[in-house]
Amino acid sequence: MKSILAVLKSGKTLVSDGAWGTLLHQRGLQPGECPELWNITHRDDVFTIAKSYIDAGADIILTNSFGGSPSKLSHYGLQERTAELNEAAAIISREAAGQNHFVLGSIGPTGKMLLMDEISTQELKDGFFIQAEALKNGGVDAVCIETMSAIDEACIAIHAVKEATNLEVVCTFTFDKTASDDFRTMMGVSPEDMVLAVKEAGADIIGTNCGNGFEQMIEIVSLMRGVDSSTPILVHANAGKPFFKDGDTVFPETPEMMAAKVHDLIDCGANIIGGCCGTTPAHIKLLAKEIKKHR
Amino acid sequence: MNELIERISICVERGKVNKTSPYPKDLAGQDGADELTRQALDSNLGPDSILQACNVGMMKIGERFGRNEVFVPELLMAAKAMNAVMAHLKPFFKAGTVKAKGKFLLGTVAGDLHDIGKNLVSMVVEGNGWQVIDLGVDVKPGKFIEKIKENPDCIVGLSALLTTTMASMSKTVKEIKEQFPNIKIIVGGAPLSHKAAEQMGADGYAPDPQGAVEFLNEFIAA
Repeated sequence: MKSILAVLKSGKTLVSDGAWGTLLHQRGLQPGECPELWNITHRDDVFTIAKSYIDAGADIILTNSFGGSPSKLSHYGLQERTAELNEAAAIISREAAGQNHFVLGSIGPTGKMLLMDEISTQELKDGFFIQAEALKNGGVDAVCIETMSAIDEACIAIHAVKEATNLEVVCTFTFDKTASDDFRTMMGVSPEDMVLAVKEAGADIIGTNCGNGFEQMIEIVSLMRGVDSSTPILVHANAGKPFFKDGDTVFPETPEMMAAKVHDLIDCGANIIGGCCGTTPAHIKLLAKEIKKHR
Repeated sequence: MNELIERISICVERGKVNKTSPYPKDLAGQDGADELTRQALDSNLGPDSILQACNVGMMKIGERFGRNEVFVPELLMAAKAMNAVMAHLKPFFKAGTVKAKGKFLLGTVAGDLHDIGKNLVSMVVEGNGWQVIDLGVDVKPGKFIEKIKENPDCIVGLSALLTTTMASMSKTVKEIKEQFPNIKIIVGGAPLSHKAAEQMGADGYAPDPQGAVEFLNEFIAA
């Protein structure tokens, strides 16, 4: 276990990885298939994706465990295998990363809302606890609670990870631009509110992911920096807003377009930069090159 | 408008379920949708006018949601309040005293397990007076077709969140249209647009739940 915070203290900007889902689908994962099950059934494919990001120059890679909560896995009747699938995800990424790169264990939202009594606080917490413990057993350096939209769920996840492990915790939310040009999650949370709440809950690194491309990430990071000048910020940006063309999904931002904006993103306060949906090793390779220039 | 009816409408819009509900804060301790509906029925106000109050409340919150003035939690609470009203009106629907505007057959397409967007649409459409038949998530084209056979007078709604399931949506539209060229289909979900909907051969696209209501209501007038 290595400390990401310690490396960031030196002032270095770290490069993270790109999309996993996009690459899993390229390798034949069918819609409706459980991506996390591939950690067992298609181990080599998952390993190849992880390794492709290390080879592209990422300092950090994530794990194929985004939907690894018991609630999500229960869609496939796999909830009993939560620990096994998460641990396998961590082991694969650790093997690809070696000891000189960081592995961040991915934890995504459960899709269940506390507000509608679809799940209890305890049930949520227990699920995140199992996931975090398994990711740690598989060898991750830190945990990334990502794509969150509700403060209650994110804070429960942070508490669970902190109870289950002594690992550093990253927490990222997904914001959309509203009609009045504010940024809000679908649950109505602003970047400013999110920063204050997740820091209070114990997040070591904050951030934002998914969204609608690099340009908006610059605006979101600036808003976060308005209420917090010191906590490291991670950004995992989509390659723009996808559109449908001739039966295929197309992401508009090329590696060149993303790389051109990375300096602005660093200047406004981002410390770890990578991609989300639609980004590939080619995007990360060019991002890494630009980020190294910036150092 | 009758005062009770107006208050029911406000309770639905604001998400005030019942007297003990702590939400919204400024209405704490006051009667909610549940109590007011009971009172309205006890004072012989027609179920139709109560349903109308519900429609108005859901429409207002749906419009505010579309303008990003409120978000998912506010819409969900409004739906909860609406359900409290509907629980009282159920016997009237059963007896045929109150009739739904039509049937809306709704589901998230095959390969996609996301239900939040679909559920929001379901609630707002139901609140507008439609009967909603919710087929859940990961619904295969065959399932839609089977249900359309049982409900040949329905309008179909398809939801998808993932970019990877847009192809699945496109396939579902195609298969439904092949067997039932006259069935109207509306699609929605984060990766979609009017253009994408048109390309897949759907009859409509809604960016938000209220948009789905407006699409559906065009067919009652017709």
